[in-house]
Amino acid sequence: MSNSASNNGLKLVLAWGFVGIPLAWGVIETAINALKLFQ
Amino acid sequence: MALFSFLDRQHTVAPPGYSRWLIPPAALCVHLCIGQVYAFSVFNLPMTKLLGITQSTPDDWKLTELGWIFSIAIFVLGASAAVLGRWVEEGGPRKAMFAAALCWGGGFVVSALGVWVHNIWIVYLGYGVLGGVGLGIGYISPVSTLIKWFPDRPGMATGMAIMGFGGGAFIASPLSVWLMSKFASPTHIGVAGAFVVMGIIYTIFMLVGSTIVRVPAPGWKPEGYVAPAQPKKLITTQNVYVYQALKTPQFWLIWWVLCLNVTAGIGVLGQASAMSQEMFPGRVTPVAAAGFVGLMSLFNMAGRFFWASTSDLIGRKNTYFVFFALGILLYAMVPQTGAAGSVTLFVLCFLVIISMYGGGFATVPAYLRDMFGTRYVGAIHGMLITAWSMAGIFGPVLVNYIRQYNLDHGVAKAQAYNITMYVMAVLLAIGFICNYFIQAVHEKHHMSSEEIAEEAAEAAL
Repeated sequence: MSNSASNNGLKLVLAWGFVGIPLAWGVIETAINALKLFQ
Repeated sequence: MALFSFLDRQHTVAPPGYSRWLIPPAALCVHLCIGQVYAFSVFNLPMTKLLGITQSTPDDWKLTELGWIFSIAIFVLGASAAVLGRWVEEGGPRKAMFAAALCWGGGFVVSALGVWVHNIWIVYLGYGVLGGVGLGIGYISPVSTLIKWFPDRPGMATGMAIMGFGGGAFIASPLSVWLMSKFASPTHIGVAGAFVVMGIIYTIFMLVGSTIVRVPAPGWKPEGYVAPAQPKKLITTQNVYVYQALKTPQFWLIWWVLCLNVTAGIGVLGQASAMSQEMFPGRVTPVAAAGFVGLMSLFNMAGRFFWASTSDLIGRKNTYFVFFALGILLYAMVPQTGAAGSVTLFVLCFLVIISMYGGGFATVPAYLRDMFGTRYVGAIHGMLITAWSMAGIFGPVLVNYIRQYNLDHGVAKAQAYNITMYVMAVLLAIGFICNYFIQAVHEKHHMSSEEIAEEAAEAAL
């Protein structure tokens, strides 16, 4: 049971990291550009 | 074919203990990739210099020719989502995502060939038609699966995926620029190379999503979830067959609700940069306007998650009432912000408006699920996407033509958008009325128990 839970946890981290890291990178790039509105 | 049997719906049923929180990233794998379509314009200028490299030559493609690539892709998106929706629903999410990956990635590779041999018809066929089919299938592929995995929070679940479609451009835009710089040489501008690499990256990314995705086992429910004992008036527990939904007034009312909400948002989204500079001449510089556009795209993305999740709490109909009522107020306020010279208020108005534009897209699958049940929601959603295609034509045309009409009649640039804002407010008022008339679907449209049994038997074959 705990094996299955930790296995699921690892899969979740990998899956969310796979989509979350590129998305976060894109959002940061866009946010930096958006800051020019306030300069 | 036995070789591809792993794609079939029956081979994607989740084993016991499978976490439903793996489904949103699977959906995001697809939506983050196809969201690139919003950033296609970064290729436009480089593609006008494929032959001249440093500047356009007479044989280079014109921007007007290049504009068709995006338009064809969006048109094919709507058409393929409508035509292939039932196939997507019945074939299951893995098969649909797999097909979407091949079409979307393949579209880039074919387009690279078109760029290489400098034949725009190959690019139309590659990105426009093949890529457009990938867009259509990809857009609707995870919707019904997410709704089935999250019966307690369908708005939030679909909002997460459709947020990815808004966020895809954030990744694609800097990635495209970076790749073009890597492939650029004195004899090539780098577009073809960038297309090939993006095609490969997107195919792999989407295939990972199709590998992760699972459908819940029949009768599965989230732990601790109890369906409401007293069914809500506007949330059906029945199912409506995909083509039967077209015969209901509810489908067409929601079609207009989406079309009007999108029309109001898409028109200003495309003109935000010019509008902000013309309404505040000398105060909003081109650089600041670009920042404003970036901020709007962030709110467009965040609104998809925020409003769709909110709809789980306040209901779908009420959420659209908020979109329309608040939208009318904000559009009517925009000319006043220009007259008062308040850039801050102007920006705030449009950020909220654009969050509701994104929210409209993200909330509509759950609205359809409430009306027509979960069985064919993906296919019905596919047919509703045609409202988006129509809005994509109406919105920009309205904004551009009304502005030009005003300028031709001597209206100052700073006031040229005022009438447009009031027209948008009227469109939202019509949307409000359409939303008001949405009631529960009459039971004569529901699938009978015999029809459901027949379907189950067919699926078992």
